[in-house]
Amino acid sequence: MTTRELTYVKAFNEGMHQVMTEDPDVFLIGEDVAGYGGVFHMFDGLLTEFGGTRVVDTPISEQAIIGLGVGAAARGLRPVCDLMFMDFVGVAMDQIFNQAAKMKYMFGGNVSVPLTITTAGGAGMSAAAQHSQSLEAWLAHIPGLKVAMPASPYDAKGLIVGAIRDDNPTIVVLNKKMLGMKGHVPEELYSIPFGVANIVREGNNATIVAIGRMVVEAEKAAANLEKDGISVEIIDPRTVQPLDIDTILTSVKKTNRVLVVHEAVEFGGIGAEISSQIQESAFDYLDAPVTRLAAPFAPVPFAPILENAYVPDAPRIEAVVRRLIERK
Amino acid sequence: MATPTEALETVMPTNREMVLDLHRRMVRIRRFEERAGKLVESGDMPGFLHLYVGQEAVAAGVCSALTDADQITSTHRGHGHAIAKGADFRPMFAELYGKTTGYCKGRGGSMHIVDMNRGMLGANAIVGGGIPIAVGAAFASQYRGDGTVAVSFFGDGATNIGAFHESVNMAAVLNLPVIFVIENNGYAEFTPQDRHMKLTDIAERASSYGIPGVIVDGMDVLAVRAVTLEAIERAKRGEGPTLIEAKTYRYFDHQGIKGMRILYRDPAEVEAWKTRDAINLIEAIGVERGLVSAEEFADIWAQTEADIEDGIEFARTSPDPDPADILDDVYTS
Repeated sequence: MTTRELTYVKAFNEGMHQVMTEDPDVFLIGEDVAGYGGVFHMFDGLLTEFGGTRVVDTPISEQAIIGLGVGAAARGLRPVCDLMFMDFVGVAMDQIFNQAAKMKYMFGGNVSVPLTITTAGGAGMSAAAQHSQSLEAWLAHIPGLKVAMPASPYDAKGLIVGAIRDDNPTIVVLNKKMLGMKGHVPEELYSIPFGVANIVREGNNATIVAIGRMVVEAEKAAANLEKDGISVEIIDPRTVQPLDIDTILTSVKKTNRVLVVHEAVEFGGIGAEISSQIQESAFDYLDAPVTRLAAPFAPVPFAPILENAYVPDAPRIEAVVRRLIERK
Repeated sequence: MATPTEALETVMPTNREMVLDLHRRMVRIRRFEERAGKLVESGDMPGFLHLYVGQEAVAAGVCSALTDADQITSTHRGHGHAIAKGADFRPMFAELYGKTTGYCKGRGGSMHIVDMNRGMLGANAIVGGGIPIAVGAAFASQYRGDGTVAVSFFGDGATNIGAFHESVNMAAVLNLPVIFVIENNGYAEFTPQDRHMKLTDIAERASSYGIPGVIVDGMDVLAVRAVTLEAIERAKRGEGPTLIEAKTYRYFDHQGIKGMRILYRDPAEVEAWKTRDAINLIEAIGVERGLVSAEEFADIWAQTEADIEDGIEFARTSPDPDPADILDDVYTS
């Protein structure tokens, strides 16, 4: 296997190129995805390679973009609809949660909607309240949708390919702050199935379940903790819907202590669901309360000093894990 | 407004088969709706219904111009579109009864009737929700170059929702083979048109998207068919979408069959529209022109009644869904 490194965004882009080469039913549509290649250059080169029929710029009409994808998917194509910033899902929400998500079920199984929505979430770039949110819990709450949050270049490629090959409506949430992150990415086409967590790091003293970019922060924290002989296991669910609770439970039953960390607000976040499932299924294994670390219940602020205080980071993760370990 | 039916003779000569076909589609809708309404009001069937009675000429005229490969999206008032597109009574009644033999296996009910084999992409309980989906179906037509078209049915009220604006503009920009059919029955639920928009003719909205807007008498099924054929030809020539406004009328209330529970419209208005009833009109044309006899029209009514009894019996005796299967089909595995 090659040890080639790519950035997160280039890995995603390579996955798009390869899956579009593989399957002529895949097309890309959205705002500035063709001529400009996407505002984060996620789609660079696709127009040149695949032409204007398969790579389509649209008016600024998020609802129509997703609706077009729903209708085309119901007819058997595999649309990739880009929403640029995750904050824009609200503009398109009816087509996402009332149409795409429900068609299979409310039509008695007669229709599949192999639609992929790509978007970029996450804070840390002073993009403020309407360009920084992590809204995965909204989407994961809707039966019929699947939600992926790649946390490495390897996963950015594998999950976009997995999403496009999936016969259900999927949302792949790239993290804006990770776009330039480098990592090992195989050259060949591969896909990561939804609902299979990644054990990012093995350990014995505590488990950190980290979502999206928080995986990176958790790794920094774990490296520091290791210096003090604290062995941390990091689980990246990769997809929050479906959620690989079994891998999480196996880890918790081994370490007996668990922290769930994400950059969405804590109240009603995906961490609440994960915590609840852990205590329901592994209560007798716990030596400390299932603990969450997430954003405070406020919109994402603009000023760097405020935003840094808002988003969980490695030092805070480390501090919470130490508290969990100290608890007898 | 309306193109006089007589003038259509030059562009679309009527013949016996066409008149019988259009009549059959309309009668099937009317009888289905009246019967279904009564079954719900009596408590025999669950849920509630938005009935299509009065508007039959729109669905029948448009769908008569389509093939099974052409796609339609519908509305909360969707039974008429499904029946006009060829849906069968048995799975329709079974769906309204919530049975496993229904079009949606009892998962969808009245507002989600679907028939993928006939290009019926689903009724839709969100006003305007089907419009972008039809644009997507038309995108698939263009992508594959298969020569099919898509039609989205929606009401006057839906033209005030963002999905309408986004979808019509998008379809115009992408030059997609889609036909937007506004069924202007004069009311957005209970609110009359003059209180939900400043326009009298909604077709005027087409000009803001740079596409043709056509007004047609929605009680004249031949006229509806003719303008639809023109729009289809236009789409197939690669000239993009057309917006059709069919002026029509809803005989019953927004929901149910009891008529006017709230006096939001003048009974004289209802009666005036009924004097121009679409089924009476096609029967008069058929007889006057010597194309179809009164007896033959009566046979269609009788056959429809029999089909309805058969459908209801089928539905009533079909099995209920099993609650153990409640998670089936949330996802495609």
